[in-house]
Amino acid sequence: MTYRIEFDEPKCVAAGQCVMVAPDVFDQRDEDGVAIVLDETPSEDLLDEVEEAAAVCPAAALRVVRS
Amino acid sequence: MSGRCAAGGPLVTSSLRQVVIVGASAGGLATGEALRRGGFDGTITLVGDEPHLPYDRPPLSKELLAGEWDLDRLPLRPSADIEALSLDLRLGATATGVDLGRRVVVLDSGEEIGFDALVAATGVRARRLPGGQGHVLRTLEDAVALRDRLRPGTRLAVVGAGFLGAEVAAVARRLGCEVTMIEPAPVPLAHAVGTEIGAMLTRAHIDHGVDLRTGTGVSAVHDGGLTLADGTEVEADEVLVAIGSVPNAGWLAAGGLPVDDGLVCDRYCEAAPGVYGVGDVARWHNDLFGTSMRIEHRTHAAEQGLAVARAILDPDRRRPFAPVPYFWSDQYDMRIQAYGYLRGHDEVRIVDGNLDERRFVAAYRTGDRLVGVLGIGTTPRTLREWRKKVADAATWEQALTDVVEEGVSSGTR
Repeated sequence: MTYRIEFDEPKCVAAGQCVMVAPDVFDQRDEDGVAIVLDETPSEDLLDEVEEAAAVCPAAALRVVRS
Repeated sequence: MSGRCAAGGPLVTSSLRQVVIVGASAGGLATGEALRRGGFDGTITLVGDEPHLPYDRPPLSKELLAGEWDLDRLPLRPSADIEALSLDLRLGATATGVDLGRRVVVLDSGEEIGFDALVAATGVRARRLPGGQGHVLRTLEDAVALRDRLRPGTRLAVVGAGFLGAEVAAVARRLGCEVTMIEPAPVPLAHAVGTEIGAMLTRAHIDHGVDLRTGTGVSAVHDGGLTLADGTEVEADEVLVAIGSVPNAGWLAAGGLPVDDGLVCDRYCEAAPGVYGVGDVARWHNDLFGTSMRIEHRTHAAEQGLAVARAILDPDRRRPFAPVPYFWSDQYDMRIQAYGYLRGHDEVRIVDGNLDERRFVAAYRTGDRLVGVLGIGTTPRTLREWRKKVADAATWEQALTDVVEEGVSSGTR
């Protein structure tokens, strides 16, 4: 099973929760803090972290899509 | 952030077959999702008193009110994702009580729903003035009703200059409304963020043309405006009452659960065996700060939902829920972000940047601890580094060691 991350960037409120939960997958732009998805299809061992990042995103801007 | 979801299939004990979550907003939804991710395949009943699928509230006083977003941007999840959770979804239903002996939740229809575990995530409602007049802003309908009345030239009176009132004032000014904001405290938000930062945020309102009346309350709302406690009349076409909120905990108290400004929970967010609190309605003991707290922040609701789902699924390995609270507020061109527990602080110090330029980081001390930071116009990296010091329970001295001190330093109480 693989998965990918959908990021609705205009919704992002720059909270940085995703970076704290999954620092290998997310970063933030310096100028405004908007999230950057470093890897849209991370490895399976990062799935827990990515799902948690999506769950705690205060803007509901992240979605994990399994395929 | 520590802890993972219990992944890798059901490790759920067979005695757990029925979870009832009352409250279908961010906290309730996060709990249900985390239960499913953790392998729970029993029944999850999600009860919500609003007729809508779970939707997001922070945009109500921001993008939605400003007319930048339509309603279709508000749902927390696409409906297909909600369906995939296989919930027993009860929308438009209100819990009126709980019977701990028989392990049932009672709905306003009279129906009783049995539970093995119960999650209270009923949030808060807007506090109103004694006469009940004026708009409040809590639900989607509230936001649409207010949005539809804000036109260029509309005279809006905002009662209460907390974060909600301040956000609405900022949006209304941008829409061309005439805004009067009334606040009983001498400095708005001083109790929350300190006097100097409260004063700085206040200046932003004045700079943007808000007619701010501090140090006075409202004695009456009538057609055409308000009478203030000092006798002054304020003319207004619309009135928004933003004077705080009240936990929706009556149904819990009716069932004999401990309620004291929210459902009183322990460090695991448990109020009674198998009964948990999540989000705005829950008061629990946060070990990181050594105090009981109730947090009305969007991020907190989701984090607490995750923690409670884990505790339900794997009670033997549960850990105290001890997060660093986070909130943000958008006012004019400022995004205010804060980590920690600022309430009741002893000192605020600007540790980076400059208050007058509205680009700074402020650190908050309670006793000898760094308990929080607040930033405006700073880089995310800077703020995350400060957050880590809060999460590590740094002493004030430790926290300030590597910092070149500049700017002001002041006591706030």
